[in-house]
Amino acid sequence: MDLRTRLCGIELDGPVLNGSGTFDVIAARRAFGAALEENFPFSAFVSKTITGPPRSGNPPHRLWETPSGMINSIGLPNPGLDQFVDGDLLELIGLPVPLIVSVMADSAEQFAVLVEAIAAVDGVAGIELNVSCPNVHSGLIVGEQPSETEALMRTLRPLTTLPLIVKLTPNVAGPETVAQAAESGGADCVSLINTVKATAIDPDHGRTWLGAGGGGLSGPAVRPIALAQVRAVASAVDIPVIGMGGITDGESALDFILAGAQAVAVGTENFRDPAAGNAVSRGLASALERRGFVSLAEAQASTLS
Amino acid sequence: MPAERPLAPFGRRSCRVTAAAADGGYRLFTVLDEEGPAPAPGQFYMLTEGPDWVGGSGRPFLPRAISVARTSGDPGALRLEFLIDVVGPGTARLNELEQGASCLIAGPFGQPFSLPREIKPDAVGAVLVGGGIGIAPMAPLRRHLVSRGVPTRTLLGFRDREHSGAVETLFGCEETRLAFEDGSAGHRGYVTDLLAVILAGDDRGGAVVYSCGPPAMLEAVRKMCGEHGVPVELALESPMACGFGACFGCAVPKVEGGYLRLCVDGPVVRGDQITTAMTGEV
Repeated sequence: MDLRTRLCGIELDGPVLNGSGTFDVIAARRAFGAALEENFPFSAFVSKTITGPPRSGNPPHRLWETPSGMINSIGLPNPGLDQFVDGDLLELIGLPVPLIVSVMADSAEQFAVLVEAIAAVDGVAGIELNVSCPNVHSGLIVGEQPSETEALMRTLRPLTTLPLIVKLTPNVAGPETVAQAAESGGADCVSLINTVKATAIDPDHGRTWLGAGGGGLSGPAVRPIALAQVRAVASAVDIPVIGMGGITDGESALDFILAGAQAVAVGTENFRDPAAGNAVSRGLASALERRGFVSLAEAQASTLS
Repeated sequence: MPAERPLAPFGRRSCRVTAAAADGGYRLFTVLDEEGPAPAPGQFYMLTEGPDWVGGSGRPFLPRAISVARTSGDPGALRLEFLIDVVGPGTARLNELEQGASCLIAGPFGQPFSLPREIKPDAVGAVLVGGGIGIAPMAPLRRHLVSRGVPTRTLLGFRDREHSGAVETLFGCEETRLAFEDGSAGHRGYVTDLLAVILAGDDRGGAVVYSCGPPAMLEAVRKMCGEHGVPVELALESPMACGFGACFGCAVPKVEGGYLRLCVDGPVVRGDQITTAMTGEV
């Protein structure tokens, strides 16, 4: 099965990426050694979100298991731009697949600093702008408002020729409106969904379970929400869409493709199975074959009625 | 110098359950791992009972991190034993595993225990302190140390006699000292009472302490060792989604600020690396 695809100029062996912040290559190497690269589970790798200053993340508890999913309240721990560029980034560029770096900032000026610094490094294939992480107060503002999103893109667009991907939040009434604003401002691609705002109560202590009060829901529990939003966004914009939200296997990946996604990302399932990306790719090939498709591109050209 | 860790095969694999039985207040089951390396003491696996893990209630959803209680056989036909205490929907399902069932495993993961001399060059012996279900990783550690000629004393504490059932299975007739909170046998009181006697003795200077058990016990052990200047390695527990550094959920505060990830930087940590062992507690 020919799974090759092209995502805003980036040639990919297949459509399966990881969701930002759901797979740490450097930590995984400590657990699996060279076996990781020999079986690399994704056709492009999206880094965890990098911010200007280093962040240590939210206080525990950071996780809560829900029916068919989980809430995370991690708080974007990362080494900060300077240390990332001098350290982890060099390792990530050596991966056998294209690298997309995710960045987040609390102002357009700071976003510009990040984008310029990352774009200056050879070997980066694209930049994802995290304007939607519900764990961080500043992240919500831009991605919730079409005008803010468009203004941010107008600031960043002239700074680089690299593809700019806007990660959309599901925590809005109409993500397609924000997607259109991103497109107008010059975005090359949108990815969705980020996690759905959620919390968990600790009834014995009369407070929320999560250290930061709340977090974001992910996993199969959000898949129907994600499918509806991907479908709405894909029909509202001409730029490609990376679809994600509870993908666990080839069948659920195909759902996103048929909803209009050019590529898909696996997130929470990586936690349950480190090789989930490989399994989703294999499963997608079988799912396409069962339906008589000869290639991924053929499925992507077919319209959903 | 951190102990070397065996590497896990990439991904998860289905293993046959070859034995399962109640053991004291817990349940002990064995899986046949035909792919993985022998784990080092203190390492753990992420376990999922069969392909239908997510039941009608939607939970359990994530795999559960369980340390190895005993290993036998050689890579290619390695038998891994896990001791289960039912505390929630995941352990309830693992507790239902019967011989012939399948269990998905990923691992071995995590930083194992160090040898005493890796912690302190002039160390001459080890003191193992286990409590409740936390006796599990102490068992392979004891075998590992004894096989290397390290003089090892083992102190184990339990709520009551029922919960000490696995001692005989996992420690055999090796010399252990037991404490029971209900006074049903051994020392009446906490296992930390037994540790206090050793730490007050003349030979404490050459000892390294290793411990696993409930958070309050671990914190008491950590403090006592700190006060006596005795190095201690603790096997901690925390809610954990992945086991290999992907989810950043198992954060434990470090002494110098920030957090360590218990799955890749632990589960075995030095007592002086952390501000408290009260992880996983509300």
